[in-house]
This record gives sequence, C-alpha cells and structure tokens, in this order.
Amino acid sequence: MDDFLLRALLGGLGVAAICGPLGCLVVWQRMAYFGATLAHSALLGVAMGLFFRLNLQLSILLLSLAVSFLLVLMNRRRQLSADTVLGILAHGTLALGLVLLSLLPGVRFDLLIYLFGDILAIRQFDLLWIFFGGTGVLLTLAIVRQPLLSLIIQRDLALVDGVNENRIRAIFFLLLSLVVAVSMQVVGLLLIVSLLIIPAATARYFANSPETMALLAMLFGMISVGSGLGMSLLFDTPAGPSIVVVGTTIFALTASLAALRRIGGG
Amino acid sequence: MPPVSATPSPPPTPLIHLERITIERDGQTILQDVDLSVGVGEIVTLIGPNGAGKSTLVKIALNLLTPNSGTVQRRAGLSIGYVPQTVDFDQTLPLTVLRFLKLGHRCAAAAIDQMLAQVGVAGLRAAPMHSISGGEMRRVLLARALLRDPDLLIMDEPSAGMDINGQAELYRLIQAIREQRRCGILLVSHDLYMVMASTDRVFCINRHICCCGQPEDVRRHPQFLALFGRQAAEELAVYHHRHDHRHDLHGAIGSDHSDPSAHSTEAPHNG
Repeated sequence: MDDFLLRALLGGLGVAAICGPLGCLVVWQRMAYFGATLAHSALLGVAMGLFFRLNLQLSILLLSLAVSFLLVLMNRRRQLSADTVLGILAHGTLALGLVLLSLLPGVRFDLLIYLFGDILAIRQFDLLWIFFGGTGVLLTLAIVRQPLLSLIIQRDLALVDGVNENRIRAIFFLLLSLVVAVSMQVVGLLLIVSLLIIPAATARYFANSPETMALLAMLFGMISVGSGLGMSLLFDTPAGPSIVVVGTTIFALTASLAALRRIGGG
Repeated sequence: MPPVSATPSPPPTPLIHLERITIERDGQTILQDVDLSVGVGEIVTLIGPNGAGKSTLVKIALNLLTPNSGTVQRRAGLSIGYVPQTVDFDQTLPLTVLRFLKLGHRCAAAAIDQMLAQVGVAGLRAAPMHSISGGEMRRVLLARALLRDPDLLIMDEPSAGMDINGQAELYRLIQAIREQRRCGILLVSHDLYMVMASTDRVFCINRHICCCGQPEDVRRHPQFLALFGRQAAEELAVYHHRHDHRHDLHGAIGSDHSDPSAHSTEAPHNG
C-alpha cells in the first residue's frame, strides 16, 4: 500500500474514533447546529492561520474556542433565540473567512480542500495531531463522562450533586473544537458535522447504554472511513463525500431494518 | 410508631435557615423578606399560588440561585437530596434506571435495588428512563435523592399529576422516610388536603410570607383563606366525596350514575 494511502487510512480511522463519542454528546444535547457553526467558523481559522503563519489546526482550534465562548455569552442574554445566534455566527465567520482568504497577498489555495477535505494529503505531522489530540480527547471524555452526562440529563440536579458546570462545559467546548480542527482535513468543514452525528445516530439503534453507543459510533465511523476511502479509490470519487455517503447508507439501512422490525413485531 | 409531634417553632439548630430573602429579576421583585427554616426530622411545606415564587425559593435553598439580599445558612456538611418535578429524558440517550441512579452516586447495585424496592418501583431497574411514566419517574428521582443519604430532602411538587390514591401513598412514603431517616423534608405542594394532613409546618407564600405555622393554624388564617379558601373548600369536598363513594362501592353501585365516564368529573364546581 502506498504511503499516502496508509496515512489517509490511519488519519481517517483516528478521526472517526474521536468523532464517535463526541458525536454522541452532540446528538444527546441537540447541538448539531452548534457543531456546524464551529465547522463553518473554521474557515476563518484557516484564513487567520495563513495570515499569521500559524499551524492551521492550532488556529482553527483557537478560533473554535473563541466562537464557543462567544456563543455561550450571547446565549446568556436572551434577546435572540439560540438558532438565530448560531446562524449569525456560522455564516458571518464563514463569509469573513472567505473575504480574508481572498485578500491575503501571494497566498494560493484551493478552497475546495477546506470545504470538502483532502484526506489523501494527510502528512505525518497531521497524523501526530490526530493521534495525540485524539488520545487526549478520548481520555478526557472517559474522565468527565459522569458529570457531563449528569449535566446533559438535568442541569439543576447535576448542580445540586456538586458538578462544576463551567469547568465541564469548557472542557466539552475544548474537545469539540479539537475535533473540528483535526477533522477538517478528512472530510472538510462542510461535512464535519456528518462525521459527528451520522455514526452516533446509527449507533443509537443498537445501544443500551451511553458507553456502548459511543463505542458503536466509533465503529460505524471507522467502517465509513475505510469503505469510503475504498470507494474513492475504486470510482475516483472525492474521498470526504464518499465517506459521508457510506455513513449515510449504513444509517439508512439500519433505520429501515429497525422500522421493518417494528412493523413486523407490532 | 409514635407520631412525631409538630413543633410550633423551628428546632434550635435548623438544617437550613433562610432569612430575609429578597430576589429580583428584570426589575420585578419575586420574593421579598422571606424567612424559611427546616429542622431535623421536620416536614415543612411551601404552598402558594402559581407565580408565588415557591420554585425560586427552593432554588435559593438549593444554592442554584443567589438572592439579591438576605442570608442562607446551611448546617456544616449538610447533604441535600433534590427531587425535581420531572426530568425530560431524550430518546436518543440510552439510559436504564440502574445506570441513571449510578450516575448520581457511586453505590453498589444491591443498594440501588433495595432503594427501588423501598420507593415501590423494584421492577424498573432495567427499564429505559425515557419510557417510564411520570409517577414512576418521581419515585426513581426520589430513590436517587435517598441514595445520597441526605440530611435534607427537597421535593418540588412531588404529587403533581397523581390521583388522590397515588398522593396518599406518596405522603405515607414521605412520612416513612422521615421516621426512618430523621431527615428534614422541604416540600412544594399544591395538594392542600395532603399538606394539612402530613406536614409539621406550612409556609404560605405569595411573593412574601403570607402566613406560616402549624397546619391547623394556617388553615384558619385570613391570608390563607384569601388565597386558598375556594380551592381548599373544593379539595376537601372532593376528598370527602370520593371517600364516601368508595364505601358506597362496597354495596351496590348507585343507580344514579349510568355513564361511568361521568365519574371522574364528580368534583363539585361551586359557581
């Protein structure tokens, strides 16, 4: 197997493994649109990274964190509904990113790479980001999963139990921002959310506990990445969208089977 | 079991003591100069109309809200068990009753089973949280609070949506919990009859303390009658009506009710 293919496969599998549990948390909290907002704002992170000559993952991570906290602050003042605030930030940052990129002098870039990812261009350095970032994300999640679940279930109950809400939420935003930063290269910012929520949604049909759902979401994500990459090679289709197409197909099959069984059983 | 005599004033060292609590939100005064205390082994009930600030006061007691002025004193090391009215479980979160109870407090599965049996939902341990009924949910939430072995149990409208038998059973359970554990219990309630029958002290609030004291005294207080006179009359009437009716059922069912669906709407609506 060629080196670049091996790196693509390893990177993709790593990202899928991180996205599984995080995706479950996004689904449980109905935060798909929040994830999309972070993903859109990543383009502004790319522009800033190119401008300041920063590592792109790092600048995306920093910008995602800034956007997360801006969202929290704006949602404290309740003049506007959460989805309106998200819409403003998602498209405002995306547009600003596009404008800034066009203004950067002497920078040549392919916008499609950022929008749809370029998994075949994953370098060894990117693999390090995915590996260490991913291990950090999964270990942190394992540690904070109890208080995080308590907060998701009911805030007041968790607070009475002594859960430190600000700390746990900050950790969650940090993890989600990390995932956006490392996922962009694999599926692109337009499709990051699909890598988060589609495997998690599929896993829901088989899971009877939060942990099994997270593990199954990892598994379905990894199957999607592997098969999507294979499909991309066989038919010369773009890799990121192929991964999402496979994931969506698995979900559709699962949901249909579940519906059939429900009809048959009842 | 000897009945716990109602104390006319709070015991000398209350579990929690709120003094001159005032809280405002958006320029509106929600509570003004409210005092509240719960002693060891005491059942205290908050009653008041909708929007009276009962839930706000409970949230202050739970340290979920900070009042604009006033003091909240908790006994050192006080552990609080909180039973919210309900918890909305999203179907996307696969969580059994057992797992939910383990989330709140690290404890052995055997202890959880025992607690589920005590609150009367022993068979539910493997049921998904999003599938259980409202009444079952409240018992599971009560079990969760009790697993923390609380000094003070705070329950927000524990009997909301229950029928009169369910309410009676619940209040018996609350009495039993108090007698077994000697914990203080703070209730928010709408059921005037049950409140009057099973509470040591009642605080009737409507943004301020209207009146407080033993149920018998509060029942006759003009402020209470002004707020609740009509509801109290209706609820007592309903209770007596159903009570009488049950005795009637032992004999032949009265022939004056040909339509059984009319049964549940028997509460007298005085106009």
